Amino acid sequence: MTRRSEDLLEIARRVASMARAGEQVEAYVLRSRDTDVQVFGGEVESLAVAEVDGVGVRLLLDHRQGYAWAGSLDADVIAETVAEARDNAGFGTRDEALGLAEPSDLAGVTAPDLDLWRDALLAVPAEEKVALALEVEAATRRADPRVRGVESAGYSDGAVEVAVASSLGIEASARRTVCSVASFAMAGEGEETQTGYGFSVGRTFGDLDVAAAGRDAAERSTRLLGARQPASRRLPVVLDPLVTRSFLGLLGSALSGEAMLKGRSMFVGRAGEEVAAANVTLVDDPTLPDAFGAATHDGEGIPTRRVELIVGGRLQGFLHNVYTARRSSTRTTGSAMRGFKSTPSVGARALHLLPGAKSPGEILASVPEALYVQSVSGLHSGTDPVSGDFSVGAEGLIVRDGAFAEPVREVTIASTLQRMLLDVAEVGADLTWLPGGAAGMTLLLSDMTMSGS
Amino acid sequence: MIEESVLQRTLHRALARGGDFAEVFAEDRRSSNATFDDGKVEELRSGRERGAGVRVVRGETTGYAHTADLSESGLGEAAEAAAAAASSGGAGATIVPLTRRPNTPPHDVKVLPEDVEKARKVEMLTRADEAARAVGDSVRQVSVSYADGRRRILVANSDGLLTEDDQVRTRFMVNCVAVGDTGMQTGLEAPGFTVGFEYFDEHAPEETARIAAARALSKLNARPAPSGKVPVVLKRGAGGVLFHEACGHGLEADLVGRDASVFRGRVGEQVASPLVTLVDDGGLAREWGAYAIDDEGAPAQRNVLIRDGVLTDYMWDLVRARKEGRASTGNGRRETYQHLPMVRMTNTFLEAGTEDPDDIIRRTPYGLYCVALGGGQVNTATGDFVFGITEAYMIEDGQITEPVRGAQLIGNGPETLLGVDAVGNDFDTWAGTCGKDGQGVPVSSGQPTLRIRELTVGGTAA
Repeated sequence: MTRRSEDLLEIARRVASMARAGEQVEAYVLRSRDTDVQVFGGEVESLAVAEVDGVGVRLLLDHRQGYAWAGSLDADVIAETVAEARDNAGFGTRDEALGLAEPSDLAGVTAPDLDLWRDALLAVPAEEKVALALEVEAATRRADPRVRGVESAGYSDGAVEVAVASSLGIEASARRTVCSVASFAMAGEGEETQTGYGFSVGRTFGDLDVAAAGRDAAERSTRLLGARQPASRRLPVVLDPLVTRSFLGLLGSALSGEAMLKGRSMFVGRAGEEVAAANVTLVDDPTLPDAFGAATHDGEGIPTRRVELIVGGRLQGFLHNVYTARRSSTRTTGSAMRGFKSTPSVGARALHLLPGAKSPGEILASVPEALYVQSVSGLHSGTDPVSGDFSVGAEGLIVRDGAFAEPVREVTIASTLQRMLLDVAEVGADLTWLPGGAAGMTLLLSDMTMSGS
Repeated sequence: MIEESVLQRTLHRALARGGDFAEVFAEDRRSSNATFDDGKVEELRSGRERGAGVRVVRGETTGYAHTADLSESGLGEAAEAAAAAASSGGAGATIVPLTRRPNTPPHDVKVLPEDVEKARKVEMLTRADEAARAVGDSVRQVSVSYADGRRRILVANSDGLLTEDDQVRTRFMVNCVAVGDTGMQTGLEAPGFTVGFEYFDEHAPEETARIAAARALSKLNARPAPSGKVPVVLKRGAGGVLFHEACGHGLEADLVGRDASVFRGRVGEQVASPLVTLVDDGGLAREWGAYAIDDEGAPAQRNVLIRDGVLTDYMWDLVRARKEGRASTGNGRRETYQHLPMVRMTNTFLEAGTEDPDDIIRRTPYGLYCVALGGGQVNTATGDFVFGITEAYMIEDGQITEPVRGAQLIGNGPETLLGVDAVGNDFDTWAGTCGKDGQGVPVSSGQPTLRIRELTVGGTAA
């Protein structure tokens, strides 16, 4: 508790300075403060306040790497953590590409100027957060009389500060705030229950649209009432923006330098090739302030930047951290992701497709019949990133003559990720930033297998 | 971990602003991991985390705060924050003096992982790598990981309970990529047990490696799975996760209480085939979800959820059980001290029946034989579920024939329970991490070889 005011970067520097001759030491220090309110039936179910401190130490000696972490910033714990990382390094296999970011990795790149922290959020008293959580539950019930209950509703926020410093002189620190309300509606009478999720997310309290979150949850549950299992067939599929976000997430993982090096991607050996329809341009751009994954630096202290992955359907590039870049004889793209409990991985922070011209309504009107996929389940178990096989559970509605017709449940939709990319017929104009490192938009895929009865 | 008098005073501070119940949960956790990939020891990683959470319950409301500072002042601040969150302004419940209650662990750990040389752990990785590569030239990549964790917990509450547990878990994972005419395919095997380093006495690294490699190879020769409704035979151990997801979650009292379960109000009713007896048992020795006490201090116990197809009870944590005036079933768990406990499964399994597993296949003219399932997901309010299949074969004329790949199983929990029409006399379990409201806890699931009359298979065959 006595360290509250101490600068995280100071702590990280102090750890980095513990490097002995021939060693490289990097410290990643994190402090977060979270509030979570859950309500049920008009009552507060729980109010939890959390403060987490943590440090991760990466130590390299002669291109061998060791790692240790601790959930504490106490000086004696940090010293023990450094010693443990040093001991662990002795067991690693020597790998020339292993090493911390060098100052030369920063050359020519300037960190974006982003203000992702809102003092206003920290000043909000707990009672107001509780009131907002109760309000999102009430708004969900109010939105439609067919909503028979709210399975869960709540408010949560977080303020995160991180700092990274290394014995090679790399330093960065950042802080950000985020808050959200969410509601999970249950609609239906008698035996039937349908569920729907609604939420709103922002950097500060005033950004949240509680009424919209409640309305979305109600609409998404009630429009599935009467859902039946349809007959199996092939048809065009329209992905809801939330589903598109998940689909992009899969692509982002497959386009990481890590997946490429380990051969765990269907994009291996396909750089420069036509991998998607011509209307597909996929970009990761953490410098965009509206993206919830926006960041000035990555997990190794490297400035972030706009990275073009697929341009006009052609595979253009991959995401890299320092290690995967060196192994691939290229430069890091500032895409190191991490928490304090692990070494940097590689990932997208603000993945999105360049939006097309058509509104969601125009896209629905453009096909005689399609399956509108509102949500998918089993996404990770149902996707093989190596072969590209894709088969997931889905619920949604049949689209007929430009409008939602009968709802469907207990179906799977299947294709391969490769084919889905080539089958992108329309990219919606409705780009929406969502939590989870990607944006969503309505997407029309020309052909998928729908398995039902 | 913390002195008794400090715990007593912390509980007093927690109830100083009113409330019905207060609890201190402290945890000291250490972990070590070693990863091997592409012929190299990538990295050894060690972690430690220590802290305590204070919970105050008043009526329907729970206040929670936690701290990494286990001194009296650190605990006191957390107690006051939790009290403020659940504040009533009235007088708190009486605190019963603490009485220490001993526990019996389900398994006596023989070799603490922290006492094992790191080099010995690394040796297991290289042995697995060699064994996997020896399976065939088409095995091109092998990654292996070893993980152990020791978690010491302490629970003290205003009912006077003071109790501790020491949980040690070990897991070994092999992931292979095989390359052939149909492209690349992966195979994963990752058994985990609540045991120490003696894990390897019964599960040699070579054995896990061979299973993972064979799985990747079988998919290499597999054709895309067909789509449609077919009878499904689940090999022993392979399908327990399906019952965990599709039925177990709906039997958690918190979801039942929120009217978010298809099993609400159905105790005493026939909800499954008479062949089905579903049990959750946190005291099952060695299993991945085992412990002496749950994260609220309640001893693990064997809970029969469905007996001969009749729903007998739900799973309970302390807070929901108190509300109903009954005892917890030892199912209150949390990921770490930073989380509130809730109702969770432990080791959930269908009991073995009487039939010969080979006979079940022989009596199936056409269907799918699932040897391994991947992860799954269920909507507890509707009972609808979906599962990835990671190793499966066609059954034709009562014989196992070709391997198939790229399929999902989709269905509805209650319908699946009613559709079980054959149960074998064998049994096996499977280790996994169960996620609920953002918290992951180790669980196992198990089942004998059994047949489900009909499930929807979502395949990629044209």
